[in-house]
Amino acid sequence: MDYLDGNALGGALGELFAVDVTAAVGQCASCGTTGAIGQARVYSNAPGMIARCPACSEVLIRLVRNEDRAWLDLRGISCLQLALPADR
Amino acid sequence: MARAAVLGRLNWLVGTVAAVRDETPTARTLVLDVPGWPGHAAGQHVDVRLTAPDGYSAQRSYSIASAADGNRLELTVQRLADGEVSPYLAQTLEVGYPLELRGPIGGWFVWDPADPADPAPVLLVAGGSGIVPLMAMIRARAAAASKVPFRLVYSVRSPDTVIYSGELLAREQASEPDGVSVTYVYTRTAPPRSDVPPGRISPAALAVDGWLPRQAPAVFACGPTGYVEAVAGILTRAGHDPGVIKTERFGPTGG
Repeated sequence: MDYLDGNALGGALGELFAVDVTAAVGQCASCGTTGAIGQARVYSNAPGMIARCPACSEVLIRLVRNEDRAWLDLRGISCLQLALPADR
Repeated sequence: MARAAVLGRLNWLVGTVAAVRDETPTARTLVLDVPGWPGHAAGQHVDVRLTAPDGYSAQRSYSIASAADGNRLELTVQRLADGEVSPYLAQTLEVGYPLELRGPIGGWFVWDPADPADPAPVLLVAGGSGIVPLMAMIRARAAAASKVPFRLVYSVRSPDTVIYSGELLAREQASEPDGVSVTYVYTRTAPPRSDVPPGRISPAALAVDGWLPRQAPAVFACGPTGYVEAVAGILTRAGHDPGVIKTERFGPTGG
């Protein structure tokens, strides 16, 4: 099945977070692999968007959005490392 | 600029079409003026939203084609025959029309000429309209007068589907170190007198001195899912570090 990169989550996550999560480094809770969220495999031909680990293909992120609500499941990520401006 | 542009939640903005430019029989560039645009880095994209009078709306992502330039940005849209959004953008939309968008989006698939951590030579690999975000990088390099060696390998079906052909030719002919070298891979129809028969992208097309694994280039590959998969496989088997290969696939949500 065709999939996209984690980059494709940028818009939907940018609506929720003040920092860009696609450039953040996440650790897969299943296999321990770390990598940028932009490198995840995103399947969007479903009611929501599913991001899977490129190494073990377990689910990292599930995001469902309707008109006035979002559901975000991050249990597939054990840790997220976010770059922040040094002066904050 | 890139860092400033990725901070803060995304909000929808309304731009106005300032100009349109046909690039190929099926691809068109939209020049947009977007009041409140925070600037962008090369490689980022926007979400575009169309809303019908009955409230039905459809949303798609499009790469930004231009280097940062105040409130102005350019998108190049490939029209898909069965698409829901692209025919409107590539055919119906005219100068003066409003367009709703949000961005810039994505801090991963970006090249920043000012980033001292990224002085590596750059290998760009485009499949079809996957050229768009890579063209933004080529333009950003020129705008910043960067001397980082750039190589573009661009797969197209046939010579008439080359987007930005005139500009790429001019940049190829520009003298070094301002120039960018370009290799075309024709997958269906090669130009007359071409010494390479049409075919899929091969390991040979991606093995270019100056951008070999031992020269540790940064790699950006963009195109349809299968194409990007093939390119990433070739590069990894050739010995490139998978960690430096950045990819952007476009797939089932296109159109």
